[in-house]
Amino acid sequence: MIIDFDQVTAADVSRHFGRRRALSRISFRAGSGTILGLLGPNGAGKSTMIALLATLMRPSEGDIRYGPHTSKPTGASLRRTIGILGHDLFLYPELTAHENLTFFAGLYGAANARAAASAALEQAGLSDRADDPIASFSRGMRQRVALERALIHRPRLVLLDEPFTGLDDASAAALVGRLRGLRAEGAIVVLATHDLDLADGLLDSALFLRDGRMVDTVARPDALRSTYRTVMGRTGVS
Amino acid sequence: MTFGRTAWLVLRKDLTVEVRSLEIAYTTLFFAISCVLFFAFALVKEGKAPEDGAAGILWIAIAFAGTLALGRTFERERQSETLRALLMAPAARPAIYVGKLLGIIALLSAAELVLVPLVAFLFQAPLLSHPFWLSAVLISGTIGFSAVGTLFSAMLVRARSRDVLLPVLLYPITVPVIIAGVRATAALLEPDVELSLVRFWVALLVALDVVFVTLALWTFEPLMTD
Repeated sequence: MIIDFDQVTAADVSRHFGRRRALSRISFRAGSGTILGLLGPNGAGKSTMIALLATLMRPSEGDIRYGPHTSKPTGASLRRTIGILGHDLFLYPELTAHENLTFFAGLYGAANARAAASAALEQAGLSDRADDPIASFSRGMRQRVALERALIHRPRLVLLDEPFTGLDDASAAALVGRLRGLRAEGAIVVLATHDLDLADGLLDSALFLRDGRMVDTVARPDALRSTYRTVMGRTGVS
Repeated sequence: MTFGRTAWLVLRKDLTVEVRSLEIAYTTLFFAISCVLFFAFALVKEGKAPEDGAAGILWIAIAFAGTLALGRTFERERQSETLRALLMAPAARPAIYVGKLLGIIALLSAAELVLVPLVAFLFQAPLLSHPFWLSAVLISGTIGFSAVGTLFSAMLVRARSRDVLLPVLLYPITVPVIIAGVRATAALLEPDVELSLVRFWVALLVALDVVFVTLALWTFEPLMTD
């Protein structure tokens, strides 16, 4: 079954870990061709929300819908439309960059996995390091390979958890350009980040989280740092 | 993406990583050989090995080395959270289990290729006199042991005390496999081998394999989702 969708909707989503409530009644909608920012301090629940959207966890309460679909009956077909870059890079350090990308392209059913891996490495600007093991790469280079791994199957929903970590200014600017490109291609991008300066001017909407609760949502946020201070100031965090 | 292709990709990836690092192969072999040597030092007196000891020692070495390999193979997936990436792939999740299982079986089979002649030599056991039946016993026993072990290792990958919990959970469940493996191997070491008895133990091992693999395929996805 091939599925596609043009929006992701979270309705009153909560997630508990035992007695601890990681997320409480979160609701939002992210449409095709937009970038949604998940902003908040450490422990706000951003990574949990990303894991829920990625179907790696199930909500304890509430519902996440991908267009008309829910995650349960669509399983593997839905996962084909999702790309995720997490805190950890999901790469095998013993394998070369090309082997890593070929492996994941194969898992996602690419007709020519090796060609897809080569194209992805070119996009990352790392073609000359294709045959070097990931273990020999700097953090920034690994991050660029990991981003290409997440995008190798051209997903509709792109989930990025702190994607600017370890990137130098040039690489961070390239990533911002890449995210704008994904938006122009119609992807739904959900970006969890602490880096308000880099996210400034990039987001179409921002969801502010604190202690697992939704503090506010702001459409087309400008001057993100001051908006963040204002919003979080209301709840005692800055 | 077919089930078989996913399993093959995971298996090939695991074997490539292992060939590069040789980490599990070296530690497993070192541990298994040490285990056999310690038993040989303790039990072989004036060049005479105890009767019936070889079968038990061979399976102890396989079980201990297997536990070590099982722990490491999923530890590797945990370090860069690659297990999450595998679970995110649009493939049947049981196919990932099968790929990992085949990798463990391949590693343990390689260890057994060294262990069998070593045990045969140190304990003067005619292990190689019935190579077909010995292979049948070892393969079916290894599949049963690894089927349960692979599932438990995956399940415990995020548990803090996984190194302690794995053997605690694994050995009680795989006791029937170990008993059948030891009895079948011991039957092969008798002066007059009773093939009907060996056949019975191998049939039991195959039945256990079917039960364990079926249960693992059935439970892998729900266990790994949350």
